[in-house]
Amino acid sequence: MSSLSRDDVAKLAGLARIEMTEAELVELSSQFGLILDAVARVQEMDLSGVKATSHPQPLENVARPDVVHPSLSPEDALSGAPAQEDSRFRVPQILGEAE
Amino acid sequence: MINKTAAQMAEALAKGETTSVELTQAHLDRIAAVDGQVKAFLHVDTEGALAQAKDVDARRAKGENLSPIAGIPLALKDVLVQKGVPTTAGSKILQGWHPPYDSTVVSKLKSAGVVIMGKTNMDEFAMGSSTENSGYGPTFNPWDLTRTPGGSSGGSAAAVSSFQAPLAIGSDTGGSIRQPAALTGIVGVRPTYGAVSRFGLIAYSSSLDQAGPFGRTVLDTALLHEVMAGHDPKDATSINAPVPAVVAAAKSGDVKGMKIGVIKQLQGEGYQKGVQTRFDESLQVLASLGAEIVEVDCPSFEYALAAYYLIAPSECSSNLARFDAMRYGLRTGDVDGASAEAVMSATRDAGFGREVKRRIILGTYALSSGYYDAYYGSAQKIRTLIIQDYAKAFAQADVLVSPTAPTTAYKIGEKVDDPMAMYLGDVATIPVNLAGICGMSLPAGLADEDNLPVGFQIMAPAMQDQRLYQAGAALEAALLSKWGAPILSKAPELKGAK
Repeated sequence: MSSLSRDDVAKLAGLARIEMTEAELVELSSQFGLILDAVARVQEMDLSGVKATSHPQPLENVARPDVVHPSLSPEDALSGAPAQEDSRFRVPQILGEAE
Repeated sequence: MINKTAAQMAEALAKGETTSVELTQAHLDRIAAVDGQVKAFLHVDTEGALAQAKDVDARRAKGENLSPIAGIPLALKDVLVQKGVPTTAGSKILQGWHPPYDSTVVSKLKSAGVVIMGKTNMDEFAMGSSTENSGYGPTFNPWDLTRTPGGSSGGSAAAVSSFQAPLAIGSDTGGSIRQPAALTGIVGVRPTYGAVSRFGLIAYSSSLDQAGPFGRTVLDTALLHEVMAGHDPKDATSINAPVPAVVAAAKSGDVKGMKIGVIKQLQGEGYQKGVQTRFDESLQVLASLGAEIVEVDCPSFEYALAAYYLIAPSECSSNLARFDAMRYGLRTGDVDGASAEAVMSATRDAGFGREVKRRIILGTYALSSGYYDAYYGSAQKIRTLIIQDYAKAFAQADVLVSPTAPTTAYKIGEKVDDPMAMYLGDVATIPVNLAGICGMSLPAGLADEDNLPVGFQIMAPAMQDQRLYQAGAALEAALLSKWGAPILSKAPELKGAK
């Protein structure tokens, strides 16, 4: 039986930038054992020599001619912004005061 | 008028027996009458729909050459962006967002003169199988309002099955078109991966996502398929090849001499008795029409569900990183001195629902160093084996078949606290997505034990989508003559309906 502790879930939530409540952390850690057991079945088969598929199509780089196309106006691009200032996205502080 | 097929509506429009404005108004009236109970729509664009209808009527009056479904109203899953119309993907994190551009699917619908009536409910970011994970409350199955319509495209399926729209668009990452089609007694197709542009389709799992059509008949579904598919330079994974002749195939509906492969692993144990019975009967019908039925073995399918629930969460943990509270969507906790990281974390907690968080965390775990090879890496190898199993099976058969879902529609709330039970409902649909091929679900009748619709799934190789329609149309016609009336005529009347 796999398991993930409350602290493991808290660490993952931090990496995923999701601030979770204590109740959420406890609920997720209690569900994760079952889910991990189920998905761990991928390790049951002998996969030696099997290539990995990341995508159903044989992917190639797709390029287009380097021609200017119309794009969003600054007004349209900013239309959904939670906050804006001087035709720019206004975001919370990214660097600390001392940096 | 609203009870007719889209093909019949199109004929009436072409003959001048009705107008798109009349047709659209009739459907808007139906929405007003019944959607309070079904809750298929998140947003109804009354004004926009009537303006589009008026425009297409004017173009018709001028004698312009119009698409076969010009003037037909449609319901659009809220995962596809439409300029100026609220688009949420069922998530609170996008509440109130008005996209500044059209998805390619929407552009194609608009140029074909299809009338987009509104945006339909869905599991948040298409993560779910019952539409209960919507941030805006569940959609109810028109066959029994205490049950789910399936998901994630439950709103679109419920809209079509309750005659609120003759056509709808969904998206299918692990079965999200085919399973709700099955549970509501309609037709739904997941086209070949890359056949329909993903530009403007809000991403869940990019290597699996594909938008596709819903209709009440195989032909209606084909008419929409042909309009929405096609190469798009804005999507690097879009296939640069002609759209398969799906409408012609739906009109032919001939299975004489066609080899139909029954997948051994996708039936029997775990499938509801009434589901298996209707499936077996449909096979006999196909055999009586001259198809040759063979059994095919796909041993790796047993691991498809496990592989999917690693690959999709892994991709989603990366895709959903874009919801960072900076450029669009919700922002909370932006108080003086709060760091960008704190605002981001608070916003993602407030904006994402339980299932979305569950999958992001699972994906983050599966991709983390030390676990990557064991989980994501192994899942990718299973994906290769599934593709190989399909290749072998398609060497023996033109199309493959199975029940679409192991059970009929279940009660709202029944599986919501048991993620694994919910995930098991996708067991028969997921292999198609992992292999990037195409699949259809069409009604096979009602299960004896609960009188609820059962779906019959047909699968075909990549870019052979016409085979789905050819086999589907044959089965549909034979079942219709057996039943005497379309399956939806057996659905109970909704309160408030005229």
